[in-house]
Amino acid sequence: MEVARFWRTNKQRYQLVGEECPHCKGKIFPPRDICPTCDKEAKVPYVFSGKGEVFSFSTLHQAPAGFERYAPYTVALVKLSEGPMVTAQLTDVDASDVKIGMPVEMVTRVLREDGERGMLVYGYKFRPA
Amino acid sequence: MRDVSIIGIGQTIVGEHWDKSLRELGYYALAAALKDAKLARVDALYVGNAHSGALSNQENVGAMIADFAGLRGVEALKIEAAGASAAAAMRLGYIAVAGGLCDFVACVGVEKMTDQQPSTQESALAMSADGDYEAMQGLTTVSLNALLMRRYMHEYGYTKADFAPFAVNAHANAINNPFAMYRMNISPKQFAEAKPLADPISMFDSSPVADGAACVILAPSALAKEFTDRPVRVRASAVATDTVGLHDRRDLLSLDGAAWSAQKAFAAAGVNPSDIDLFELHDGFTIMSALSLEAAGFAARGKGVDLALNGEIRLGGRIPITTMGGMKARGNPAGASGLYQIVEAVQQLRGEAGANQVANARLAMTQNIGGSGATVVTSILERI
Repeated sequence: MEVARFWRTNKQRYQLVGEECPHCKGKIFPPRDICPTCDKEAKVPYVFSGKGEVFSFSTLHQAPAGFERYAPYTVALVKLSEGPMVTAQLTDVDASDVKIGMPVEMVTRVLREDGERGMLVYGYKFRPA
Repeated sequence: MRDVSIIGIGQTIVGEHWDKSLRELGYYALAAALKDAKLARVDALYVGNAHSGALSNQENVGAMIADFAGLRGVEALKIEAAGASAAAAMRLGYIAVAGGLCDFVACVGVEKMTDQQPSTQESALAMSADGDYEAMQGLTTVSLNALLMRRYMHEYGYTKADFAPFAVNAHANAINNPFAMYRMNISPKQFAEAKPLADPISMFDSSPVADGAACVILAPSALAKEFTDRPVRVRASAVATDTVGLHDRRDLLSLDGAAWSAQKAFAAAGVNPSDIDLFELHDGFTIMSALSLEAAGFAARGKGVDLALNGEIRLGGRIPITTMGGMKARGNPAGASGLYQIVEAVQQLRGEAGANQVANARLAMTQNIGGSGATVVTSILERI
């Protein structure tokens, strides 16, 4: 299901590929083609380091369809060291140890699965650095 | 542009309507509003709805409600803007009447949510977030609001208990609303001990999933007095948008879309926040109430919770909010809620709010938000 949809965002989800604005040099993630800082076209690929810190977080108990077996899990807004914010799950950490400001780094993990015979979707999560 | 008034209102009780379908709920609210306006037919029907596809396997809802209501052949469209769908439908109606394209327009908000399991509801609600970069990561509407609330508490030094007045006030007001879902008081202690959904958000921070429908009939103000003794004038109708993803916000704790939408509305009406007698805001979560009060100019940055703690949001306070129970206690049938807000504001301006009547209410403001601040519809209504 939805193979093409996952395939076309592989670069972002596997490698944190965003963009760099050729005009103001601002770093952009997720990619959006118009620079949010200077409103000019920005399509130059840029690979983020995957380093950042927790800006906010929450552990959720009621998961949406496709994520039920992982609940409870912890999600966060991570402020990347290059500037942009990314929304992701935290992993390899006890929920009670997570703090705002905690340094984290990107890892690649299974995000969801569509049943026993369905597709596995991989992507970025963040763990303590 | 023509001046526009509301000449009729209708609503169903908000709740778990096991015995009623999407089309029935929509029709009941429409029929009640037509009766209130002493009108048999309208020139157009605009239906706000957010989740009929995901939760009822039904699209083409404009035609469906028109057909079920016996309005053969009428212009009818569905408008989707997540949790702001209903107010967006009213915005479209306003454009049609103000622009002189239609004289009588019915704006319905309808939502049928409780047929489905919680995980299916969560997935449907999460469609109002960024599908590729929020929902894909397993985020839900509740957890996105939790990220806002955690950061708000961190930056301004509030505790979770400080948010209690929003829920306590909403429940106290719902007791006197016969259309509300939860007509009972809650205590600050119950608020503090409620089941966590996505910390720091617990059950009493969050508005309940529900079924319901609400409707208003719009007409040119010049004709309004022929249909009602108490028309309510639409002084402003404004829409603004912000980034869908929270991670893309310029400033996480500033709802820019809500601020722009409110500023447009104030400018159109030629009034200031201090002129507003009551504010039906978007209290899907307690944190949304705080951020909305700040964005609309009723509280300074970081002071929305203070305003509630000081009792200023209650009936008789400086700016009463959720005067008939709000989304928290009247219930939150997502794509219908914006028109419940409008209907309740009209009740206040007609002097029909019973025990919850805001004394001498002349100007009411409503603000309906889709997603975590992405689509924001603000209306300012006036007693004539």
